[in-house]
Amino acid sequence: MSAPATGAAADLLSGDAEEPLLRVRDLTVGFRTEDGPVSAVDHVSFDARAGELLAVVGESGCGKSVAAMALSGLLARNATVSGSVRLGGRELVGASPDQLRAVRGKEIAYIFQEPMTSLNPVFTVGRQVAEVLRVHEGMSRTQALDRAVELLDLVGIPHPRERLRQYPHQLSGGLRQRVMIAMAVACDPRVLVADEPTTALDVTVQAGILDVLRDLRDRLGAAIVLITHDLGVVADVADRVMVMYAGRVVERSEVDELFARPRHHYTVGLLGAVPSARVSGGEQRLREIPGLVPTLEQQPDACTFAARCPAADERCRSQEPPLAPAPQSSHEVACWHPAGTRPPGDRAPGDRAPGVAREESG
Amino acid sequence: MGRYLLSRLGQSLVTLLLATVVVFAGVRALPGDPARALAGEENNPAQVAAIRAKYGLDDAVWVQYWRYLTHSLTGDFGTSVRTNIPVRSLLAGALPVTMELSLLALTVAALIGVLTGVLAAVRRGRPAEWLANGFALLGLSVPNFWLGLMAILWLSVAWSIFPASGHVPFLEDPAANLAHMALPALVLGTGLAAVIMRQTRSSMLDALSTDYVRTARAKGLRERTVVGIHALRNSLIVVVTIVGLQLGALISGAVVTERIFALPGFGKLTVDSVFQRDYPVIQGVVLVTATAYIVINLLVDLLYSLIDPRIRVRGDVA
Repeated sequence: MSAPATGAAADLLSGDAEEPLLRVRDLTVGFRTEDGPVSAVDHVSFDARAGELLAVVGESGCGKSVAAMALSGLLARNATVSGSVRLGGRELVGASPDQLRAVRGKEIAYIFQEPMTSLNPVFTVGRQVAEVLRVHEGMSRTQALDRAVELLDLVGIPHPRERLRQYPHQLSGGLRQRVMIAMAVACDPRVLVADEPTTALDVTVQAGILDVLRDLRDRLGAAIVLITHDLGVVADVADRVMVMYAGRVVERSEVDELFARPRHHYTVGLLGAVPSARVSGGEQRLREIPGLVPTLEQQPDACTFAARCPAADERCRSQEPPLAPAPQSSHEVACWHPAGTRPPGDRAPGDRAPGVAREESG
Repeated sequence: MGRYLLSRLGQSLVTLLLATVVVFAGVRALPGDPARALAGEENNPAQVAAIRAKYGLDDAVWVQYWRYLTHSLTGDFGTSVRTNIPVRSLLAGALPVTMELSLLALTVAALIGVLTGVLAAVRRGRPAEWLANGFALLGLSVPNFWLGLMAILWLSVAWSIFPASGHVPFLEDPAANLAHMALPALVLGTGLAAVIMRQTRSSMLDALSTDYVRTARAKGLRERTVVGIHALRNSLIVVVTIVGLQLGALISGAVVTERIFALPGFGKLTVDSVFQRDYPVIQGVVLVTATAYIVINLLVDLLYSLIDPRIRVRGDVA
């Protein structure tokens, strides 16, 4: 790699505020399939800062998981990835397999959605946690197992020494997810990607897992990227939120701001679809967003949400709205007619000509 | 684990008992009368009756079965009616040859099959996979006897790399023994290698698309470790089953292979005894073969629990 990356880690340690820990620019992912190309992620840009929990929200199929996997080159061979992912100043898109392997598990670690299937059924929990320590930290078997005990303890697993000798099938889903987390934080990663870590778990177990994540953010100062479709989880733990739709970022904001003043009609729809005690108590039907997320061969020069949007007009169908600071609020939205500003069809002064490059928050 | 083992042993014993019934009944269902055959050309009724009485062939069927069963249990399989050699010593002479041949063939097959299977899965859609698949198709379709003859023709006669036929006991001269076993083992192992390759390939493809393999990659493990340890260990569960089932086929395949390479093993003993209506020898051979099947199956089941910890617990609960 010829990226000017050498010594970037040192810059970061010395408190260089110029570049955030994880800097993603124009990340674009497509897949070559038997039915032709499929576009999964379209020019996604975001930053994740140390000690911050960034939530990525969207429906199934909006590209949030694919984007997360693309960060460290974890996608299958038929994926094409372009754009830039810089971790601590080092470029990861286009890095060699060896370079990526050294980063994975060590600097950027993952927690996946399915705790029941994400652990290898034929190896003990201890071996699987110790493995990552032996690979990245060069520990001996006994050192690694001792450290694994500490890690299991750290993520709140009772009797860690006994658990170490057990196999995944002997553990509950919640415990398995804690094992996954222990494995992920074993090498003190700088970025922790949690892909729907609580979706498959009971509500009470969910709360425990979220506590562990929050604790790790505060204690280790890691940047946590939490992928979820659960807005309750977002409101609970996130610092900032990024809403994705059909492979694009449609809205990005501080968490309180987003819940108080959603600007994208998709976000408005998402918030409206959250069941509340008031809705489920009465006879009212839960509000939903009509239609489905489209599967795209190519990203159109249009708003991909237009077909489902109550405020869509001709312009939405013919010009892609850039992600830009929303009027009358402090966050960014990719919409020609942001909600809660002015009626659709009335041209806002903030509107721009087509073809304007997307802006980045930096 | 203890209960699992015990219940599995019980099942095996029942199967074995059924096997003795089938062997006993099967031999009696063969056309032809052994007493008449033994009496030879001048089979006058008195002589035939005498032979019947001598071998207990005039007793009730269940009496004959009971005698057969109790004698078999003590390792007494009777005496060959042709050669008057105890069946036990015939078996003891032939068994090591066939066992060595089968084990060597299995080793060859497992090595080639697992390696090419993994390769085909990892290099999916690339020339290496086509090559491996082509090899598997050939290995499955080419009959043993033809492959054996070709091997003798080229590797023995034309290039003189291996001896064409015959057998040297291992303890007598290990090097000569292996030289004589190499071709038969290779020929016998080819078909099994193809089966193992196909099974390894498909279960490897399954394993490679699992969440735990994604986890292993996300941990930053080497691809070699991901494939060779995390995925392979899981794929082997299915492969071991297939190997266990195929070991039976290996023993029957040995009949043909042993004849081609003139090895004094079980195959030769079986064919000879069937042609000569040598009841005691047939019974002994088939019973030992059936026992081998059952023992192999038991071993395969125990092997599972070593590979897959989930089976250990299931046995405890059951």
